[in-house]
Amino acid sequence: MKPPPFTYHAPRDLDEALDLLAEVDGKVLAGGQSLIPLLNMRLAAPAHVVDVNRLPGLSGIEAGPEGVTVGALARQAEVARAGVHPLLGQALRLVAHPVIRNRGTVVGSLVHADPAAELPAVLAVLGGSVRLARRAPGGTGVRQVAADAFFAGPLESAAEPGELAVSAFFPALPPRSGSAFEEVARRHGDYALLAGVCAVVTLDEDLHVAAARVACVGVGPVPVVADVSEVCGRRPAATVPWEAVTEAVRRAVEPEDDIHASAAYRLHLVGVLAERALREAAARAAAPP
Amino acid sequence: MEHEITLVVNGAARRARVPGRRLLSDCLRHDLGLTGTHVGCEHGVCGCCTVLLDGEPVRSCLTLAVTVDGREITTVEGLAGPDGLSPVQRAFEECHALQCGFCTPGFLCTVTALLRDNPAPAEDEVLDGISGNLCRCTGYQNIVKAVHRAADLLAEERAPSAGEPPRDGEAS
Repeated sequence: MKPPPFTYHAPRDLDEALDLLAEVDGKVLAGGQSLIPLLNMRLAAPAHVVDVNRLPGLSGIEAGPEGVTVGALARQAEVARAGVHPLLGQALRLVAHPVIRNRGTVVGSLVHADPAAELPAVLAVLGGSVRLARRAPGGTGVRQVAADAFFAGPLESAAEPGELAVSAFFPALPPRSGSAFEEVARRHGDYALLAGVCAVVTLDEDLHVAAARVACVGVGPVPVVADVSEVCGRRPAATVPWEAVTEAVRRAVEPEDDIHASAAYRLHLVGVLAERALREAAARAAAPP
Repeated sequence: MEHEITLVVNGAARRARVPGRRLLSDCLRHDLGLTGTHVGCEHGVCGCCTVLLDGEPVRSCLTLAVTVDGREITTVEGLAGPDGLSPVQRAFEECHALQCGFCTPGFLCTVTALLRDNPAPAEDEVLDGISGNLCRCTGYQNIVKAVHRAADLLAEERAPSAGEPPRDGEAS
C-alpha cells in the first residue's frame, strides 16, 4: 500500500509545468485524493508525477454574473466555504468527508472523471466547461472543452497527455431557478455510490416550469444528462406528471449490476431521486432563500 | 532520486531525505520517528493517519511528504500543552472514547480542528465532522459524547468562571 517509484517534479510556474508535461509522460498531482489512493493500491504506476501545488495563480474562485471560475488548486472545502454557487455547495457536502475536501480539488475531481462522482454531474447539468492548457509552438495553447465533450468515459476525460486543466467554469443559475442534489450511498462519503441525481429547474413569471434538467451519476459511463422540460410541461410543479418524468429519466440511463446494487435497483433509485431532486429544485426556484 | 525536505513538525523544524513516493504518514513515522500517527487503510478511508497541515486536518497517507516541504504539521504528539493533555484529549479520556486506541490519533486531530472552527457543534455537525474516521471498538457513542465534552472544556478555558483560578500559561 505504498506508491510505486516515480520521478517527482515540482514546477514553480505554469510555463515550467507545461514544458514538463510536454516532455515527459507525467501524471498531474494536485489534491491527490484520487491519484494517491490509486498509487497506493498500485492501480496506477506513472513514470513521472508533476506536482502542480506550487504553481501560483491557480487557487482562484472567481464569481461573476455569468458564473463561477474555479482554479485548478482551489480545494473543495474552500469552494464550499466561498458559497459562490448553490448547486456546487449542495454537491460538495456529498463529496467524500470534510477532511478529504481540505485537500481535494474541484478541477481534479472533474479530470478524474469518476462516473460515480458528484462534481462531474454538476458541470454536466449546468453545461459548464474545463479550460485546458498545453505547450504550443511559441507559447501556450488553451482550449475550452464543454462538459458534454469533456467526460469521455469512466475515469476518462478529454484532457490529453501534455495538457493541464487550469480551471473549470460553472455557469450561474438563471433567474427564478433552483437546484438540488440527491443521492443514495451505503455510507455517507463512501466510494461505492449507488446512484445520485442533481437537478436544475427554472420557472417562468407565472411560476410554471420553463426548463428542467437532471444529471444522473453512477448509472452510466459518464454523467447522464436528461432534459425533461417538455415532459414536465409549462405548469406549476405541483401538477407536473411526475410518473412520466421519472420514466423519461429512467429511459435515459443504463445502470449496471455490481456487488453494491443490481441494475434494476439502480434504475428504480434514479427515478425516485430524480423526482425528489426536481421537486426540491422547483420549490427552491419558487421561494429563493 | 531523493529530495531534501524540511517540515515544521509540532513547532520544530525537522529535515528528512525522502524519495518522491514517500507518504507523509511514513515520513512522520519512519524518517522522523513520530509513531503516534497511525496507518490503517492507506487509501484515505479510515482516518487514523489524520494530521493537521497548517492547521487543517488532512490524510497523511494521501499526501506526499515532498509536496508539503516547508509547511507546518501537527501530529497527535503535538496536541498536548506544557500543562498536559489538551481539552480534547482530556475529554476522550473522561468519556472513555477509546478502547484499543488505534484510531484515536486521527480522531483527536480531526476533533481539535472541528472544535476550533465550530466551538459548539450540534449533534449532526459532530456526526458529519467525524464521519471520515472509523472506530472498530467503541460504537462511536462515547466518541460523540467526548466531542461535546471537549467543546464544554474548551468553552470553560476561554471564559473561566469567577470561582475558578485561571490555568497556568493563560493570561488572566
